[in-house]
Amino acid sequence: MTFHRRTFLGATAASLAAPMVMGQGSPRVVVIGGGAGGATAARYVAKDSKGAIDVTLIEPSRSYYTCFFSNLYIGGFRELSSLAHSYGTLAADYGVNVVHDWAIGIDRDAKTVSLAGGGQVPYDRLILSPGIDFVDGSVPGWSLAAQNAMPHAYKGGSQTELLKAQVEAMPQGGVFAMIAPPNPYRCPPGPYERVSMVAHKLKAENPTAKILIVDPKEKYSKQALFEEGWQAHYGGMIERIGPDFGGASVEVRPDAMEVVIDGEVEKVDVCNVIPAMKAGRICDLAGVSEGNWAPVVPATMQARADDNIHVLGDATSQGDMPKSGFSANSQAKVAAMAVRGALTGSKVFPARFSNTCWSLIDSDDGVKVGATYEATEEKISKVDGFISQRGEDADLRKATYEESLGWYAGITADMFG
Amino acid sequence: MMSGGISGLAGLAVGILASALLAGGKLAANEIGDADRGRDVFRACAPCHQVGADATNRVGPQLNGIFGRKAASVDTYVYSKSLARAGSDGLIWDLVRLDAYLENPKALVSGTRMNFRGLKDKQDRDDVLAYLRLFSDDPANIPEAQPTARPAEVDLPPEILALVGDPDYGEYLGSECQTCHQGDGSDAGIPAITGWPDEDFVVAMHAYKQKVRPHPVMQMMAGRLSDEEIAALAAYFGGLE
Repeated sequence: MTFHRRTFLGATAASLAAPMVMGQGSPRVVVIGGGAGGATAARYVAKDSKGAIDVTLIEPSRSYYTCFFSNLYIGGFRELSSLAHSYGTLAADYGVNVVHDWAIGIDRDAKTVSLAGGGQVPYDRLILSPGIDFVDGSVPGWSLAAQNAMPHAYKGGSQTELLKAQVEAMPQGGVFAMIAPPNPYRCPPGPYERVSMVAHKLKAENPTAKILIVDPKEKYSKQALFEEGWQAHYGGMIERIGPDFGGASVEVRPDAMEVVIDGEVEKVDVCNVIPAMKAGRICDLAGVSEGNWAPVVPATMQARADDNIHVLGDATSQGDMPKSGFSANSQAKVAAMAVRGALTGSKVFPARFSNTCWSLIDSDDGVKVGATYEATEEKISKVDGFISQRGEDADLRKATYEESLGWYAGITADMFG
Repeated sequence: MMSGGISGLAGLAVGILASALLAGGKLAANEIGDADRGRDVFRACAPCHQVGADATNRVGPQLNGIFGRKAASVDTYVYSKSLARAGSDGLIWDLVRLDAYLENPKALVSGTRMNFRGLKDKQDRDDVLAYLRLFSDDPANIPEAQPTARPAEVDLPPEILALVGDPDYGEYLGSECQTCHQGDGSDAGIPAITGWPDEDFVVAMHAYKQKVRPHPVMQMMAGRLSDEEIAALAAYFGGLE
């Protein structure tokens, strides 16, 4: 069943203190996208306004599969079902009106959102948290039409499942290729954690298989840690071709299962193409993008183009924060506070942000990188940070992995209630 | 050799605090400096050092990626023995050490061949470092890249300090904790922090802040909390159960 705000209000509105309301009726917040940014924002606005703000969350999927931890599913450390979350608690316990539909247009003058299923949803503040889309043509030969032959698996759910199935179907001694993305992209260590997880699986099931990373970047996140771990756990299995050796000059042929690197044709068995990324399309439709991303005001996450729209997470260009679920969750709390302040006059405190990214290299071998940030006028600036060290002992690496499991439980509870 | 440099750094840290508090103006207090102005200051360096897409080693090494780089680690450049030894000893060019080196190169690395008397003006150093920072890794792409701002703890504006014990502030600050620590007190993988006596909570947080308790995430998170903020968090989480 679906939950509707009406039933929630009928049950509990009478017991709430009289809310401070501007004008007639409650102010309306509409959130587009129910991931780490959007679900968190919807929950915090609803929770902290205690019924004074009418919150609608527009999200096409009834079951949300987190992209974070999807690599652990590929490696066999998680069940896919453990990555699925519903919006039932947000609706039932927090009174969020959850609409399972696509937002297909935004009228910034009328302040309404159009839905694919028909109808308009009016807002006083709009929060966009659409995640990423892919840049057309960024990997020659690849398009969304080829995503079944060469999956991106960079959005949670069926693509992740497909990629895992393809790894399992590889012939003995076959080749798994990854076309790594250029900066900036969602989850900087993500492609390399994925390689680790594929290697973990192949080591057990297909030990003569090879992994080939074709990478347009000189350097990548946690590089020293991954390289140390790959050497220790998967010696000889993984080869990375950086830009000096043609990593930035690649073409794929999905029909022939070929990868052409700097003119050299490689036959591969699985090809994970992670294209260049840009903000989810609704940012373009709303007119808040500049180039590939939506610039925001750091202190409030308001779009530079429109004070009534806030943008969160991967879709933004904001400064130093990496595009991650943790970052989006952190930004959502700042935006929720700013939105409540604007609509109900509640107190607004200086924005502060943080992020930590855990990655799993092999069983019980977890590493992490994290930082704190704050809002300056220009951008969100990194203040302090840390990263796991090479050569850490096994107990610490195991504790780091276990901590990541705790974080997963924590952030998903923080998102979905 | 290094001890002179390090004791110089302690004095330098006080200098950073003072100028951050006094700066005001168009820069937020936590930014390194004004990169536009720093480009002008860099003219004093440019006869020997290059940055940017086509930078090569000249009299001195090119300075792309200097933030976070080990001292004396550009393989195509031949360094003085002193600088090479500083690199082997573990000198990493972070903000504090670059600032010290620019203030007085020979105070940090006695035998350096960098024949430069130093930038004595604090603002000049801040600005040129802000400019150089543009040519190093971006934390948005490589999260472990060096900070682009100075730690915020010292430049809390007065209106925040006036919010002593504000439970709403505790709740807002606490939202940051709840990305990992669950409000319902679950403790799998990450400890529960609800329902603690205030004093225990405050002591634990200060122990992280002073890096007595070992955990890099918690040291970092506690490191930028003021006394009042720790008290507000203790009150907020103490009230949850």
